[in-house]
Amino acid sequence: MAFDYEKYIRPGKLPHIWCPGCGHGIVMKGLIRAMDTLNLKKEETAIVSGIGCASRLPGYIDCCTLHTAHGRAAAFATGVKLAKPEMNVILVGGDGDGTAIGGNHFIHACRRNINMTYIIMNNYIYGMTGGQFSPATPTGHKASTTPYGNPDPNFDIAKLAIGAGASFVARGTAYHANQIDKLIAEAIQHKGFSVVEILDDCPTTYGRRNKYKSVVEMMNRLKDVAVPVKAAEKMTAEQLEGKILTGVLHKVERPEYCEEYAKVIERAGGNK
Amino acid sequence: MSKKVAFLQGNEAAAHGALYAGCKFFAGYPITPSTEVAEVMSAELPKVGGKFIQMEDEIGAMAALLGGALAGQKALTSTSGPGLSLKQELIGYGCIAEIPCVVYNVMRGGPSTGMPTGPSQSDVMCARWGTHGDHATIALMPASVQETYDMMVRAFNLAEKYRMPVHVLPDEIVAHMRERIEFREPGELEVIDRAAPSVPPAEYKPYDTKFGDVPPLAAFGSGYKFHVTGLNKLPDGFPTTKAEYVQAEEERQIRKVMANVDEIVDFEEFKLEDAEVVVVAYGSTSRSARYAVNAAREQGIKAGMFRIKTFWPFPDKQIKALAAKVKGFIVPEMNLGMCSLEIERCAQGKAQILGINRVDGEPINPDQIVEKIKEVK
Repeated sequence: MAFDYEKYIRPGKLPHIWCPGCGHGIVMKGLIRAMDTLNLKKEETAIVSGIGCASRLPGYIDCCTLHTAHGRAAAFATGVKLAKPEMNVILVGGDGDGTAIGGNHFIHACRRNINMTYIIMNNYIYGMTGGQFSPATPTGHKASTTPYGNPDPNFDIAKLAIGAGASFVARGTAYHANQIDKLIAEAIQHKGFSVVEILDDCPTTYGRRNKYKSVVEMMNRLKDVAVPVKAAEKMTAEQLEGKILTGVLHKVERPEYCEEYAKVIERAGGNK
Repeated sequence: MSKKVAFLQGNEAAAHGALYAGCKFFAGYPITPSTEVAEVMSAELPKVGGKFIQMEDEIGAMAALLGGALAGQKALTSTSGPGLSLKQELIGYGCIAEIPCVVYNVMRGGPSTGMPTGPSQSDVMCARWGTHGDHATIALMPASVQETYDMMVRAFNLAEKYRMPVHVLPDEIVAHMRERIEFREPGELEVIDRAAPSVPPAEYKPYDTKFGDVPPLAAFGSGYKFHVTGLNKLPDGFPTTKAEYVQAEEERQIRKVMANVDEIVDFEEFKLEDAEVVVVAYGSTSRSARYAVNAAREQGIKAGMFRIKTFWPFPDKQIKALAAKVKGFIVPEMNLGMCSLEIERCAQGKAQILGINRVDGEPINPDQIVEKIKEVK
């Protein structure tokens, strides 16, 4: 029997705003399957985003949804989670929103290890504003504001999250659709701040400037560069050149912020 | 039973006033000269099961504040000029998404870093117009430590009642001076909680004007599912660009304040009955003004003071009425004429307006005001 996505979709809110060929819809379906797997209650789940194409996702999902300002999802979500630790809090957004204007909130959410899951759809570009380069745009690539090629080095978002202290970091791709829900479900189940980077595509503003002839070609590129972490263990450095690791990249146990704050309340005598 | 009294500074009193009002959530970022509020809240909130978080920056603090408020808490942040500049982005979010919260901003010099430990009253326009777009503003101006405590309670009441961010704007003198203060007994001051939805979750719309200009706000995690955005929105909270909705929503968000201006605007009239010269003052400056009015009267001048307690909405009606019957206004303020502009707008040329303006980090003293009173022709 086909999976019933509609039970998590808000009636009357589709079609979505995303362009044909965009991978955001694939990620949304993965999120819905993950929510269903974990049987998350809609009224006890907050989905929080910033600004951009990916950040429009919460509007389609029938939960407590918060479409905040550019880059601020992690900070708003921190407030929601600290005020109501019993809620499931899931953040969604793009690479520019999360790692440029929202970069400070992102690294500090990682550092606090607050029990939330951040799904970053990395399509290497600012899509909604028409294709300006983001911190994830590879050096040398074309964007509407790098007509001669991007001079900036780019972030490795997963490494950034690990470095900043996220206790669970995974990476998938929009091509490997069947893996997305499993990564997201594992991230949500992990206690602490979990980051799932999904390598995505933007045929409209990134692909056409960087000589991708079709969405299929962009998807095939995701297929070709992705190497599961297990498989990578058996590969040489030479074989891994130009490849991107996928799967669960990092998983450690660390004190969780809301639980630590509960101890603060205990020490202050606030439970009396 | 005798009342609990203490010798506190304005910032400490502000924190205790917030706690009296039922504040259970604080998000902030350290900044002089407001940090004592955060320090007191970090110690007191966990004692009552509340939450304190020091965020990574001022914007993050405002964001966490709004998140906590949406999760149903009465929420406070404290900051000062440079922090208020940074918070403007999300103060606007609080205005359009209609999220109740209190922003306590201690006024120090500026622009930019200015004089971090010096007093100022130069954030009044920043509080009013700092965030982009049309919006209503409520801003309260305490002049003593006790009043700071009491005004915090009122600020939360107004935020909850009108479902919006409310500013409290002490100058650095009020924030840091120490005075005797009486803690209020439970029930002594009115405490207002936001209206809860009266409809079941399936029928709930967060901006349903069927319930008036201030629709009830449900809390995340309370069984209600709804959407919140910073985009112009429909009554159900989802974005729209339909002209008739956008216009009506923006007008409603201003009307909810301006239609209640008589209830919101608070002020003190001091020796105004026969006054020919009126000192319009606010914050610590009003303390010098009160002294000056008495001194001028001893010299035979019929002086009085109109003390602004609610700066926004501005007391237009009261200033207009005074302008029609007095010779002149003296407007002492620790900025280069921000309140004077509002007085000019209200007086419409009917009375002389003389400003006393200091931005050198020194308070305006009574003698300066007395001398200026004498200049009114």
